[in-house]
Amino acid sequence: MEFKKASSRVFVAGLGAVSAIGNNVAECLSSLVNYKAGMDSITYLQTLHKGQLPVAEVKLSNSQLADITGLQPQISRTALLSMMAAKEALIDCGLINIASLRTGFISANTVGGMDKTEQFYADFIVDNNSGDLQDVINHECGKVTELVADALGINTFISTISTACSSSANAIFFAARLIKQGMVDIVVAGGVDALTKFTLNGFNSLMILDKEFCRPFDETRQGLNLGEGAGYVVLVSEKVSSLLQKKPYAELTGYCNKNDAYHQTASSPDGTGPYLAMKGALALAALEPKDIDYINLHGTGTQNNDFAEATAIGRLFADPYPAMSSTKSFTGHTLGASGGIEAVFSVLSISQNIIYPNLRLQTPMREFSFSAETTLTEDKEIKHVLSNSFGFGGNCTSLIFSKIKA
Amino acid sequence: MKIFIRSASCISPQQTFKQELFLPELVNYTANYLKVIQPDYATILDPKLLRRMSYIVKMGVAAAITSLQEGGITEPGAIITGTAYGCLEDTGIFLNALIKQDEETLSPTAFIQSTHNTVGAQIALMLKCNAYNNTFVHTGFSFENALLDGMMLLQEGEINNVLAGAVDEITNTSLAILNRFKLYKEVPVSNLSLFDSPSKGTIAGEGAAFFVLSSQRPENAYAQIDGLATFYKPASEADVKKNIADFVASHALDLNDIDLVIAGRNGDMQNDGLFDSLQNSIFANNAVINYKHLCGEYPTASSFAMWLAAKILQAGQLPKMPGNHTGKQIKKILVYNTYLGIHHSLILLTDVE
Repeated sequence: MEFKKASSRVFVAGLGAVSAIGNNVAECLSSLVNYKAGMDSITYLQTLHKGQLPVAEVKLSNSQLADITGLQPQISRTALLSMMAAKEALIDCGLINIASLRTGFISANTVGGMDKTEQFYADFIVDNNSGDLQDVINHECGKVTELVADALGINTFISTISTACSSSANAIFFAARLIKQGMVDIVVAGGVDALTKFTLNGFNSLMILDKEFCRPFDETRQGLNLGEGAGYVVLVSEKVSSLLQKKPYAELTGYCNKNDAYHQTASSPDGTGPYLAMKGALALAALEPKDIDYINLHGTGTQNNDFAEATAIGRLFADPYPAMSSTKSFTGHTLGASGGIEAVFSVLSISQNIIYPNLRLQTPMREFSFSAETTLTEDKEIKHVLSNSFGFGGNCTSLIFSKIKA
Repeated sequence: MKIFIRSASCISPQQTFKQELFLPELVNYTANYLKVIQPDYATILDPKLLRRMSYIVKMGVAAAITSLQEGGITEPGAIITGTAYGCLEDTGIFLNALIKQDEETLSPTAFIQSTHNTVGAQIALMLKCNAYNNTFVHTGFSFENALLDGMMLLQEGEINNVLAGAVDEITNTSLAILNRFKLYKEVPVSNLSLFDSPSKGTIAGEGAAFFVLSSQRPENAYAQIDGLATFYKPASEADVKKNIADFVASHALDLNDIDLVIAGRNGDMQNDGLFDSLQNSIFANNAVINYKHLCGEYPTASSFAMWLAAKILQAGQLPKMPGNHTGKQIKKILVYNTYLGIHHSLILLTDVE
């Protein structure tokens, strides 16, 4: 612990993402601008819901992921996906020698190596002496982070955050503060989740999975589609930023974490948590609501989330409302990865000056005078993007990415 | 900047919870795992809410709420939880149901309560507290990360009080699985004699410890936290020693200034060799006590050690424990913990003058 206040600004110098719409950032971006969603019937996950529920799987098997990442194919898919995106982000930032810098890895996930644990468990409950122990050795959320940190050669500061669907936004938030406090020079921050029977059945038991492709912010929305993937940003201090061979993509100017304190799973009808999180992020960034050019919505497609989020937006923003869309209409809800993947998309929105469409939106929610974008916008300068991530347990986090001022 | 421990609450296998006396007597178990002494939760938590709470949630929320009460804080500026394993009981219940019922007609209750942030969420819900809320789940760093986050928030200066702590539970399932990894003694032992005969394995433990940290000096503060450091997979014993020496030096101290070391010895020969070596070298002139015979070994056991350190500094001396050095005034404590040799942490605490 060394509190030095070494950097007052935090820059995004690298991006990495893997999701149902692409195995890297370029592929994801291409799908976003070409309106290509990633949902499909279940291919890789071994579940009885195959053929019944659409999901947004990464289009690679574990052995393909292992080939690309150099990790072992029998380890958790969560670690394989994490490695894909974290490695891409680190390479993208262009720093050749991270060993000379104090480097951190802050990764979020919600169920760790559950994909392997549930295989183990099927044998274990029949006989407590059976089940391959190698399948539970990485059950803990933190173990997944360590597998990837070790493979990347990062050991200065490693941590794992788990706050349900806001997990990786909180990882990015925490990482930025570590840089500002002068504890690390550079951090790979974001999160990952692989599809598991545990989460698919959990959300199914809550009856919030849409049997069709999800329709966030639509009046007729019926729930979410689960997805999987990983998304990381490389955050650097001002000092490291000056050493980079290429210009950073954006600056992380705002972040705020608030709790809805209303219900374990449901959002408050007045959107208290989302409202406070967005408001706090704006205050930290010293921005007015009218300065936001685009909101990357949490927008899961559930009745409850979208209503609460829109209510909060209605309370905080005024006409003309900022453009907004849910990229979960492409990637599905990737849970612990969503804040990371959407941070990558938010940064790309700034660097490419684009606003993504919200797919399958036909009937805007009738309670609100604003709605999400249905088409791609490419002719507008994007200076500030607000990215929302809200989760079970009332955990609400908003991040703001901004174009770097000269 | 100074960071004070305003209040502390601990539920453990010992008599630590709401006790007028500091560890009045040590509880002896003959087992290879130690479960907490469960308080009468109905006297602490709303019975309506209590009915729906799992074992770990009750334990975590009760420790959190009582530490807030003791500190006279109704709305903390942040709620930060560390838990390595999260809500194992509900995770197990949902996994069981999902396999036995072939993914059909599942009740969502266990799934809802299985998420790692359930304890932090329930605290917020009970307090109707909209403040910052975070949960760290990084195995043997979970508590240290939560503590660090709290200290950073106070340092950032927007809030004056933080609730931070850690909780982990043992379940029959986790014990059955971890036993197969040969982490624990093969035959039950007396926890109070854990360090008497070196053998393989430790004893499993569980518990909850929550603290209110303040940036302004409260009346009756337990102690002051001077520093915190973690190091991951040190390359060698020499590396461990260097990390400890550097940490102490970074606070303009040398080891002779430390009145007491609270060490993470756990009774497992493999783990304890390091502590033997440290006590024969850098800690040779220090009074050293152990704590894992009291709470067992678990990834967030260092939260018990910090509770113990806070209580010792408040009392100014050690409780009656085997091998203690009573009489000597204790003003500075170094907590050095390791979990499975992978995660190492140092917490430096000073009494409040």
